[in-house]
Amino acid sequence: MDMPARLRPVLRAAAVMLATAVAGPALTGPAVAADPIKIGSVVSATGPAAFLGDPEAKTLKLYVDELNKKGGLLGRPVELVLYDDGGDANKARTFATRLVEDDKVVAMVGGTSTGATMAMIPVFEEAGIPVVSLAGGIEIIEPVRAFVFKTPHTDKTACQKIFEDMKARGITKTGMISGTDGFGKSMRNQCLKVIGQYGITVLADESYGATDSDMTPQLNKIKNTAGVEAVLNPGFGQGPAIVTRNYAQLGIKLPLYQSHGVASKSFIELAGPAAEGVRLPAPAILIDDKLADNDPQKPVVAEYKTSYEKASGQPVSTFGGYAYDGIQLVARAIESAKSADPKKIRDALEATKGYVGVTGIYTFTPTDHLGLGTDSFRMLVIRNGDWALEAPAR
Amino acid sequence: MSEFLQLAFSGLTVGAIYALIALGFTLIYNASDVINFAQGDFVMIGGMGTVFLMAAGLALPVAALIAVIAAVLVGLLLHRLAIEPARGASPVTLIMITIGASIFIKGVSQILFDKQFHSLPAFSGDTPIPVGGATILPQSLWVMGTALALVVALYLFLEHTLVGKAVLATAANRLAAKLVGINVALVLALAFGLSAAMGALAGVVATPITLTRYDIGTLFTLKGFAAAMLGGMGNPVGAVVGGLLIGLIETFAAGYLSSTYKDAVAFLMILVVLLFMPRGLFGSRAVERV
Amino acid sequence: MKAILRSRLTPLLALALVMALVPMIAPTSFHLRVAALVWIFSLAALGLTILMGYAGQVSLGHAGFLGIGAYAVAIGPARLGLDPLLCLLLGAVLSGLVAWLVGRPILRLKGYYLAIATLGFGVIVALILHSETELTGGPDGMSVARVTLFGWRVTGALNWYWVSAGALLVGALLALNIAASPTGRALRALHDSEVAATGAGIDVSAKKLAAFVLAAVYAAVAGGLLAAMNGLITPEAASFSHSVELVAMVIIGGLGSVFGTVLGAAFLVVLPQALTAFQEYEQAVLGLLIMVFMIFLPQGIVPSLRALIEERLP
Repeated sequence: MDMPARLRPVLRAAAVMLATAVAGPALTGPAVAADPIKIGSVVSATGPAAFLGDPEAKTLKLYVDELNKKGGLLGRPVELVLYDDGGDANKARTFATRLVEDDKVVAMVGGTSTGATMAMIPVFEEAGIPVVSLAGGIEIIEPVRAFVFKTPHTDKTACQKIFEDMKARGITKTGMISGTDGFGKSMRNQCLKVIGQYGITVLADESYGATDSDMTPQLNKIKNTAGVEAVLNPGFGQGPAIVTRNYAQLGIKLPLYQSHGVASKSFIELAGPAAEGVRLPAPAILIDDKLADNDPQKPVVAEYKTSYEKASGQPVSTFGGYAYDGIQLVARAIESAKSADPKKIRDALEATKGYVGVTGIYTFTPTDHLGLGTDSFRMLVIRNGDWALEAPAR
Repeated sequence: MSEFLQLAFSGLTVGAIYALIALGFTLIYNASDVINFAQGDFVMIGGMGTVFLMAAGLALPVAALIAVIAAVLVGLLLHRLAIEPARGASPVTLIMITIGASIFIKGVSQILFDKQFHSLPAFSGDTPIPVGGATILPQSLWVMGTALALVVALYLFLEHTLVGKAVLATAANRLAAKLVGINVALVLALAFGLSAAMGALAGVVATPITLTRYDIGTLFTLKGFAAAMLGGMGNPVGAVVGGLLIGLIETFAAGYLSSTYKDAVAFLMILVVLLFMPRGLFGSRAVERV
Repeated sequence: MKAILRSRLTPLLALALVMALVPMIAPTSFHLRVAALVWIFSLAALGLTILMGYAGQVSLGHAGFLGIGAYAVAIGPARLGLDPLLCLLLGAVLSGLVAWLVGRPILRLKGYYLAIATLGFGVIVALILHSETELTGGPDGMSVARVTLFGWRVTGALNWYWVSAGALLVGALLALNIAASPTGRALRALHDSEVAATGAGIDVSAKKLAAFVLAAVYAAVAGGLLAAMNGLITPEAASFSHSVELVAMVIIGGLGSVFGTVLGAAFLVVLPQALTAFQEYEQAVLGLLIMVFMIFLPQGIVPSLRALIEERLP
């Protein structure tokens, strides 16, 4: 059996690639002048969570460029070392090791999903390098770990905001339809934990798969459950859009609550007219033009929205906003620590007080590494194909 | 009763999409013995292509036509550049080639398009039509109608045209087909082009219901493959029946049993059917081909 | 020279040599971790080599067995208070048992029908791991207790490197012995022609089942090691894309070659690390590479190279 000559270049290319990986640091990038400060990031820029990781990656690149245009940090350029875990926690862990051991980053912004974040935490905790996670799960910051912070609201906060609204409207019996992805599952569980405090009971508890394209069977069950007064849909991605459409198709007239997983204008486009009247808790970033002029978040949100939409050509999402807050928090911490030492950055992060971000206003304490309250959420309703601030009920 | 009807409508809509993909599998398998794991990606190209062409200002029919043509070109290239050079390779190797092609198509699509979900406006509005206590979306009728039209057209083509008969002859016995003067290479290309066109058309009509994204193809590939196997690989009638059955099983499982395990129910059904009918519901080919 | 190339122990010695050399040249523990992952995925793929390369049966759901092994190591200590090491063994036994139960009926299927049946099995396992949140922690996964080996707490990249390397050596030795044994010859016979093998008096279905069970045990042990090394496991481990990856490892390296399997695993584990500079294009490049390999080297890297070398030698 002979090997065709055309194959040799292929094999040679493969050999070079293997060699590149083994040789590692020497070949991973051209040397940058003046000893840059390296900030690491692992996000799911591809794979099933790409619609979250993609805006995160774009935001991080955009704002590290911004930092460098302004002269970097502490007079040194900033280098973003960005890896894509493809939604695989095992890969995330490997990249975490690479960031710590090989790239020697001083801080990390990332972990798109709770699973990936949890897989990476031990690596950074052990190395004493601060992490600002972009994932929602409450287990990331409960119990508090010295080096782990996060920017997204926890699901629990969203649940509380929704149930407050339901309670104010006199709703006591609800149906639930949750996505079986990490986001939907985690939020469902958190909601079930706090729902009792609001005197609300769940009469129907349905779920759908992350890639399902039809939820009428589940919604039909909820429709036929006697006594349901409102429906809550913890989920993200295309699921909530399809739920909203099917909801309208089945002619269900009860109030529909979505979550902060419905995170950008594209939800209204995807769900179409069916989205009218849907209520959800969301951060300020979705309603920049409707914020009061004296709202402290207004200028921050407006700036991010303009820059991101100009750079990416896509509507802003809360997920990109989490990354914005993550990189800004780290940059501020480096500035205020006057040092690129990971431990000092961590201390400065924990001392963050009143940072006005696009997601909310953050104040970290040694016992609170999220630093957002329910007031960072605003109750929105969709009217005439756009978000509207919902006046507090009653 | 109205609940049963509601579930049946949903199941038939989803099933019609699966059926079209399963038919694509069948066409390619019959002509070339290849299971094409990039079949679902044609659906994605149809949907995403139409979305982006419409965003560029084209009208829906024009955008859809160009997207379908693009999918056909991808299908032909797949055949010419990846399947043809590997002729005679083992089935596993051929599966891996098409899986590689599928990963490649997704990789290019996420750069060419983007990574977000997209939708198309429903062709005839969003007002549900009430039927016997249940409701059906006009778009569902479009999906089922398109599926039906394509199945009939394919049947007429295969049974009543010379080229179609050449496809069937090649499927039955490639060597004999060659001997009687059929241009086998052309027939194979035709099979790839046709099944790409069917997948892309399914994508165009389904996108207003299912939404679309660069990586939605994997799901359709798995379901379409399962449908084709359930019906009996190589049998067009089996592909259609298999597709509709899987759609219905999934929907009824979600409605009456457990929405969490509806995919498991569908795959369990396939396992059970294969245990009793190892060649699927309509499979009858006696010769061992693998 | 030819004798060396053909000797059964050559690949094993070469492997052991590489294993001894890597820690000396690896600059950081990140590189050690990548190497350890190569050994672990090689072990999982070796099982498939026995099933696909020797017995000629395909499995598109093999990550399901990897998931069973991984979650045994996660669930046992966390929910039942069992020793992690014991759970590694229990996971292997459980996985073998499941393979035996599932394999008996489905191995009667042939070709693409076997492919869809195994694929369905994998999907169901992944779905269970995904859905039974109480038991498995759901889609975000669950953390795994530290492993204690005879009082020695296994932590750190270097320790895991040696543990995984040791496991792979044992696995490879076993696979090579099977290949040379009467069972191996019987498997190869049925790979070539089941009808002929039956005619030669080989109990075809028993041999196929044995290969399937063995493959499941390999995958489960690899899964258990992966879970214990990472300290966390997610249902992603049992996903269809992982099953595809395992099959790709076996084929890229060379169907039926132990050394080739390791090379294939190394290729696919290292590739994403090598492609980080072209992040945007990573998926496209990966797809293209799989196609190019399958089209131009359908025999895999190692058999093609061996053929080339043998041809050049006098």
